[in-house]
Amino acid sequence: MPNHLLEIRDLHKSYGDVEVLKGVDCTMAQGDVISIIGSSGSGKTTMLRCINMLEEFQGGTISIDGEEIGYETLGGQRRRKKEKEIARQRALTGMAFQQFNLFPHMSAARNVMLGLMKVKKLSKDEARSIAEKWLDRVGLLARADHFPGQLSGGQQQRVAIARAIAMNPRLMLFDEVTSALDPELVNEVLQVIKSLAQDGMSMLLVTHEMRFAYEVSNRVIFMNQGRIGEEGNPREMFHKPKSERLSEFLKTSSFGER
Amino acid sequence: MDIAHFLDILWLARIPILKGLGFTISISLLAICFGTLLGIFVGLALTYGVRPLRWIVRGYTDFIRGTPVLVLVLASYYVLSTIGLDLSPFQAGVLALAVFCSSHVGEIVRGALQAIPKGQTEAAKAIGLTFPQTFAYVLGPQALRQVLPAWVNTAAEMVKASTLLSIIGVAELLLRTQEIISRSFLSLEFYFFAGFLYFIINYAIERFGRYVERKTAIPS
Amino acid sequence: MGYTLNFAAVWRSFDLLLEGLALSLALAFGAILIGAAIGLFTAFCLISKNGFARRPAGIYVTIIRNTPILVLVLFTYFALPQLGFRLGKIESFVFTLALYSGAYLAEVFRAGLLSIPVGLREAGLAIGLTEIQIQTSIIAPLMFRNVLPSLSSTIISLFKDTSLAAAIAVPELTFEARKINVETFRVIETWIVASCLYVITCSILAALMRALERRLSVPR
Repeated sequence: MPNHLLEIRDLHKSYGDVEVLKGVDCTMAQGDVISIIGSSGSGKTTMLRCINMLEEFQGGTISIDGEEIGYETLGGQRRRKKEKEIARQRALTGMAFQQFNLFPHMSAARNVMLGLMKVKKLSKDEARSIAEKWLDRVGLLARADHFPGQLSGGQQQRVAIARAIAMNPRLMLFDEVTSALDPELVNEVLQVIKSLAQDGMSMLLVTHEMRFAYEVSNRVIFMNQGRIGEEGNPREMFHKPKSERLSEFLKTSSFGER
Repeated sequence: MDIAHFLDILWLARIPILKGLGFTISISLLAICFGTLLGIFVGLALTYGVRPLRWIVRGYTDFIRGTPVLVLVLASYYVLSTIGLDLSPFQAGVLALAVFCSSHVGEIVRGALQAIPKGQTEAAKAIGLTFPQTFAYVLGPQALRQVLPAWVNTAAEMVKASTLLSIIGVAELLLRTQEIISRSFLSLEFYFFAGFLYFIINYAIERFGRYVERKTAIPS
Repeated sequence: MGYTLNFAAVWRSFDLLLEGLALSLALAFGAILIGAAIGLFTAFCLISKNGFARRPAGIYVTIIRNTPILVLVLFTYFALPQLGFRLGKIESFVFTLALYSGAYLAEVFRAGLLSIPVGLREAGLAIGLTEIQIQTSIIAPLMFRNVLPSLSSTIISLFKDTSLAAAIAVPELTFEARKINVETFRVIETWIVASCLYVITCSILAALMRALERRLSVPR
């Protein structure tokens, strides 16, 4: 059996009485770039957040490199792992958010350095040089000492991506990272993601940018009402959708327009 | 109004006035220190406390904030001696002000912590920080910037509230002033003078607050 | 300790406390009504571009905010008669609290006025309203809705400040409580009942203001 980078088995998640994930199965290999598409409320962001344990989930398992995330089963009892253990596991994945969530009281470089120093326990100098390397990579080395409030939305998102990726995660999660951006700033962020993909970074993207999903990913997952509705390579998915639902969704999305 | 006469009396009364001023400042400082320590605990309990603790602390702050400071001062002065706690008027008064201060600081701390967007905690979690680390490097420093200006204001509130201790016989600035007036009958001049001293202290605190606010502002 | 709670004596004087509470509320009502008028006028002065309106208003607010209210109360009652300005206890206190409220309410209203987008004034001008019509039919009603939450806490805090009238022997709630305390020696009971009366009144005031807020809230 090949060892998967990410393996999701029968994932169930509810908020109170509302079941938002109704048994999701998904595997992902090293170097995969997978886009998750679907209408709002289909559960795609929730699934991403479960992988990073930002959401609790009630059933199923998520494993990274064969290591179960967030929960353990001891003597038939499923229980949440210790906070410290979960914190360590969260660092296995990097996450970029729709709202960037940069720490406003720290410079761009400091934002990137925080995890390196406090989680990876690197010295300040080591952290600084790694931060500079990644800020350079996203084209913002000159802005290293600027505060988030002094940067444009696109620049903030690039710093946020640098902050996540500097932790050297096994897998990057992107949660609608361009949705909060002005249209003219979207491209600079997509370019950064694309270049990371070309370097072989494994990533999982929730996105509304269909054209981008088509270009960057080697697999696309269509989420529909808490389940995987359809998945396959982008060419088949976008040009020959099998299900009614997906072709409906693609008609109303931006794919055809550009 | 005879300015020369007033200045004469003022010079004669300089020692009691300075002593009163010293009392006013020590009362305020003690109340702020104890009140802030207790208030930080109150704020943390209101924000992160488990449910029963949160309810108890909520009840405490609501009760304190619903009661006039003067009632707290009088109650502390009369009640504590009745239950056998032998506190001087000074101690009872400082205790009342500290309790009052704690409910204010508690609300300020809670407000500042709750005003931080949820995304900050999530971003901190996502890079693998534990909750204590998240609090120390992400939430705490941001809350502190929010808290500082309001906290400096509370300090000015404490200086003003310290006048209430004159009513239970603590010889702070206002009571000293009243004693001088009862001997000299210069009520207009000396009340004005006392008001002026309080104004100077509070105005300085207010200016300091603005300065702190500017100093700690996040560049944008 | 050996102190057993016995509320009988306090219940016998409960009418007195209620009368005191009624007077407290009346003092607050009168003072805040006058204070609101002063505050609204001052707020318009504070945001005025005309320095002759803005500066005196600023000085008034700064002086009141930085002076302890007890000093103001004593000053009005004991010192102003020296200048021939003589008022009865109650009038003197209402006068002081009204001036005091005016400064705090001015700040509340000023923040409310500043929160209204300039576009609304321009829209009003565009459909041909006069400056006065714009202020009274657009700006003031919107401002009033915007400030309700902070107005609520200011009103509650001003209500609590009526306790200071006890310092010049106005027979309001705190004064009556202190009297009962001294006469019956039921110290703990007296202060529990008195603070509860304040706390309950404050919660009712807060609930009324919240109801008003809901009533006036713009559907969205």
